[in-house]
Amino acid sequence: MGSQLRVYKRRIKSVTATKKITKAMEMISASRIVKAQRKVAASTPYASELTRAVTAVATGSHTKHALTTEVENPARAAVLLVTSDRGLAGGYSSNAIKAADQLTNRLKAEGKDVVTYIVGRKGVAYYGFRERPVVDSWTGFTDSPTYADAKKVAGPLIEAVVTDTAEGGVDELHIVFTEFVSMMTQTPVEKRLLPLSLEATAEESEAVKDKILPLFDFEPSDEGVLDALLPRYVESRIYNALLQAAASEHAARRRAMKSATDNAEDLIKSFTRLANAARQADITQEISEIVGGASALADATAGSDR
Amino acid sequence: MAAELHVELVAADRSVWSGEATLVIARTTSGDIGVMPGHQPLLGVLQSGPVTIKTTDGTTVVAAVHGGFISFADDKLSLLAEIAELADEIDVERAERALERAKAEADAAAERRADVRLMAVTGVR
Repeated sequence: MGSQLRVYKRRIKSVTATKKITKAMEMISASRIVKAQRKVAASTPYASELTRAVTAVATGSHTKHALTTEVENPARAAVLLVTSDRGLAGGYSSNAIKAADQLTNRLKAEGKDVVTYIVGRKGVAYYGFRERPVVDSWTGFTDSPTYADAKKVAGPLIEAVVTDTAEGGVDELHIVFTEFVSMMTQTPVEKRLLPLSLEATAEESEAVKDKILPLFDFEPSDEGVLDALLPRYVESRIYNALLQAAASEHAARRRAMKSATDNAEDLIKSFTRLANAARQADITQEISEIVGGASALADATAGSDR
Repeated sequence: MAAELHVELVAADRSVWSGEATLVIARTTSGDIGVMPGHQPLLGVLQSGPVTIKTTDGTTVVAAVHGGFISFADDKLSLLAEIAELADEIDVERAERALERAKAEADAAAERRADVRLMAVTGVR
């Protein structure tokens, strides 16, 4: 009697507790998106000034640099994959991993060796479980990356590009991260960071303002400036990618937690309906039992009267 | 006064200072350089060092800058730094502690960073 009702009550209680947790996570993520977006915006002046400077060197001189020269037959390519440290973010990490897989397959089809670098625990776990080789990985800062983190990631990558391919260096550097398009849309994108095509960079900044750049005086020399400028440029690109990935991660988590909360609400609603029906069924049964008992009693006493 | 230049001091993660100035002194790898309005277009590599900006209203802004670039064209000057701090933002005690620690550990780069921070502060006071 009433056991069905008790089961429903218990389920409602447990789903309510889950809903509280997902709701809290949703709100935390929502506040962090704003913070992450603000960080992206704060890093923009540096990135755009740097792009302008790189463009200036590119147009103002004809210096060759290891980071800008296209190798004729690229033999090895590095892929930097940016995933998250924590789960519960819907398809965020798996989408990025899928994009990296596609890129890797494409590069392999082009006859290149692919070496993988990973940011974020989820990516490391995915590659570790499948026993795929990872050259280097960084974890622990995907929530809110700092410039120092970006520098840490960029260091070995730049070194690998500068090193000769025969000595274990790479010819190309690709980065796969999740671009923050809007609160609702985040798409995994893959970009080739190195070798830097200066023409593309020039076009990019010229689209913003098309005017002829003045003839610059380089201090100490154009090679010296390029030497110092390009690593910084790569760092700032990686920093930007990490920041966008962080914003995307929070947005993805917010959306995942929102749908979890909605689902919990639906569950609670349907369980409440079922519990009500069960309670009503109990009552109806009790009434019919009483009525049945009463009429049986009435029949019995009526029979004895006669 | 017609001659003034627009200065943007940007660090990797934020915009530190921007405004009009009459003179900017910064340390490049080949020595100190002073930029006044009308200077030839310039792109240089900065060394860790204090940057002095004389603003149009007569005040002086000093900042500690660690690594980066100076670029100047069309009376617009941008100072790009990985790390940049204005003198009034610098915590003197912390910088002194960092200097001592760097000296103890014989970390030349850290010592230089702390030194620059202190130089930026003492230059004003």
